[in-house]
Amino acid sequence: MVAEVGQFALILALVTAVFQGGIPLFGAARGSQPMMRFANNAAFVQFAAITIAFICLTIGYVTSDFSILNVANNSHSLKPMLYKISGVWGNHEGSLLLWSWILALFGLAVAFFGRSLPDTLKSRVLAVQGLIGIGFLLFILFTSNPFERLDPAPLDGTGLNPLLQDPGLAFHPPFLYLGYVGLSVTFSFAIAALIEGRVDPAWARWVRPWTLAAWGFLTIGIALGSWWAYYELGWGGWWFWDPVENASFMPWLAATALLHSAIVVEKRDALKNWTILLAIIAFSLSLMGTFLVRSGVLNSVHAFATDPARGIFILIFLIVVIGGSLLLYGIRAPMMKGGGLFAPISREGALVLNNLLLSTATATILLGTLYPIFLDAVSGAKVSVGPPYFEATFLPLAIPLVIAMVFGPFLAWKRGDISGVLARLKFALLLALVLVGVIWWQKTGTTVMALVGMGIFAWLLVGTLLEWADRIRLFRIPLSNSWKRMVQLPRSAHGMTVAHIGVALVILGITASGAWQSEHLGVMKPGERVTVGGYDFRFDGAENVAGPNYDAVRGTFLASTGTEKGFYLYPEQRRYSNPPMDTTEAAIRPMLSADLYVVIGEADGKGGYAIRIYHKPFISWIWIGCFVMFAGGALSLSDRRLRLGAPGRVQKKAASAAGLSGAKG
Amino acid sequence: MTRKKRRLYFVLSGMCVLAIAAALVLTSFEDSLVFFRSPSDLVEKPMPAGRNFRLGGLVEEGSVEKDGVVTRFRVTDLNESVPVTFEGLLPDLFREGQGVVTEGAFTDDGVFVASNVLAKHDENYMPPEVAEALKKSGQWKPEAKN
Repeated sequence: MVAEVGQFALILALVTAVFQGGIPLFGAARGSQPMMRFANNAAFVQFAAITIAFICLTIGYVTSDFSILNVANNSHSLKPMLYKISGVWGNHEGSLLLWSWILALFGLAVAFFGRSLPDTLKSRVLAVQGLIGIGFLLFILFTSNPFERLDPAPLDGTGLNPLLQDPGLAFHPPFLYLGYVGLSVTFSFAIAALIEGRVDPAWARWVRPWTLAAWGFLTIGIALGSWWAYYELGWGGWWFWDPVENASFMPWLAATALLHSAIVVEKRDALKNWTILLAIIAFSLSLMGTFLVRSGVLNSVHAFATDPARGIFILIFLIVVIGGSLLLYGIRAPMMKGGGLFAPISREGALVLNNLLLSTATATILLGTLYPIFLDAVSGAKVSVGPPYFEATFLPLAIPLVIAMVFGPFLAWKRGDISGVLARLKFALLLALVLVGVIWWQKTGTTVMALVGMGIFAWLLVGTLLEWADRIRLFRIPLSNSWKRMVQLPRSAHGMTVAHIGVALVILGITASGAWQSEHLGVMKPGERVTVGGYDFRFDGAENVAGPNYDAVRGTFLASTGTEKGFYLYPEQRRYSNPPMDTTEAAIRPMLSADLYVVIGEADGKGGYAIRIYHKPFISWIWIGCFVMFAGGALSLSDRRLRLGAPGRVQKKAASAAGLSGAKG
Repeated sequence: MTRKKRRLYFVLSGMCVLAIAAALVLTSFEDSLVFFRSPSDLVEKPMPAGRNFRLGGLVEEGSVEKDGVVTRFRVTDLNESVPVTFEGLLPDLFREGQGVVTEGAFTDDGVFVASNVLAKHDENYMPPEVAEALKKSGQWKPEAKN
């Protein structure tokens, strides 16, 4: 019964999406108010229908209704409740349902928060959302129906891949999808603007919160995924330049570029065509990422199923969305007038540089990710493009980007004064050089990349703080006045400072954990000791333990620095029964200064176990930095000027003038 | 400066960045393309020592020897086989007779030293490259697939 209700709700959602994609567009062209208003109601109905479908599937999982094929294939009655629920989106069909649900959620959000948007723009945005919804709902209903029945129903299900039975991963897909789908809103705004043939600072201000939200969710989603890879795969790595990771990284880079180029549209009424194009590209990359990962073209834990019908549908859908929007862009973009003059040394000049570097980096990653698929299709040769390629192309683009990140906020709009900025940044430069010098002096055998990494970390951190201090005139006017300035500074300005500090922290984590990691690999017998990274590890032996749906060999290690009591670490080797599969559970002691990471491998039959121990300095800062970036985005999002329903087109002049004088953000 | 001139400068600087990127891509592409070879492929198209590539096939029955954390085994497509050594913790599903993909390079004495061993985390899973290699070597048994 539940499955039939869900199925019906999906069909209802599809019908609604068809109307949502058509009537408001027609109404906006005709200037018909009721037809435009229809978009709001349609967005609400679509959201309600997909919510019902989602709840139905969740009920199927929670009650272990194995007469539903999807539940039988991916769940098991003995699975802990959290994973029964997260199992809803831990498979191809369910994850697409989640995608559609989030799409409808964003549609509803536009309908609700966008009350001050002009009727034509809003109805067109919602119509485009509806059109995207049609594509996804058709895909679900015709090739990936989560409500398909199974007769006779099996006694129990196959179970969820144990690697996915993990709290970090339970929340990784929803966040990633909030990011991917959030970019659909900026895409819809871009298409609506192309249809209207009009992009202005007000448009940029309306789009900005959606970009910020999508970017923030994407940041968290990627961080969760990388954190999961770090502790669950047991390899000690956190980023592998795997195609699946690249698929989420490319939209993030494009969204970051979009976030910055939209500022130029807002403040200088320029870079309009480019911003529209970026919005299209960012969402296209999200779509491509979703489908690359889901279609089974790429092999990984993410590829749930391979089915030629799905592949063809996906290809057609991508061609229609990407091709169609680029075609519209080609027709309409030349009609849009560019803005004021640009000086290379200026805030907008720095933002253009940011965009150039970010989009070039995206392009090189795209090339490396798609090339193996392309080559396989053309010549049948099997190749993969490994981390050396991505490091060799991404890092040389990322380093100047980070260096420029400090200059940008210091430069004035229109015409900046580079020597004045350099004078104010003396301190940052000095500190960075001192840090590099000290490291070079202290640690022999440090690589050039490590020195560069630490140098740009210090440069970015100190430079960003100096810029913030400069804005509130810290120590140059009485502290109470500085305080007043700080309170009056728009939240988006604070947000930028926080987000840039987050980037600096990520750089610290990446550089330090890569450069000064120590490692021990060997067979250890109970009672043996080994010293790694200044910690003494004592192996106390291993025993068999039973978990709720697995058996495990669990090792016991006592780690101490010699001066304190120490703490125990319990790495496990798990054997799950449903589906039958082994996993490695690393024992990790996360600390601010370093992570201790212990993995237990096979027994050698003579009482010893293969053991790998890592000491990874500052690695936690990678994820802390990501969270700080997210916090910066959230802070920026809470800025009053960006709240939807704030300034409309009529007040545009006054608002942008206030923005120019009050905010540098 | 006129509008045209400024635009020209921007376009030029954009071209510069793209040119640098293209140079980076071209210089690093050749070295970082990791080819996949089955043991039979290696007879036809040998790989020079030191060149990184992926070697895939089945772990030959009875070939696995362990010495502490160093493992020696042979990768086979049932026609040809290649000796491999690997130092490290083997993936959870590394078994004799199972599909495996290893990444590494030949030493001068013809032993493949793997820096990475990938066995998929699923007992029924056969890496697609391996399945294809077995089909090519004529040793593919469909019932072995799932």
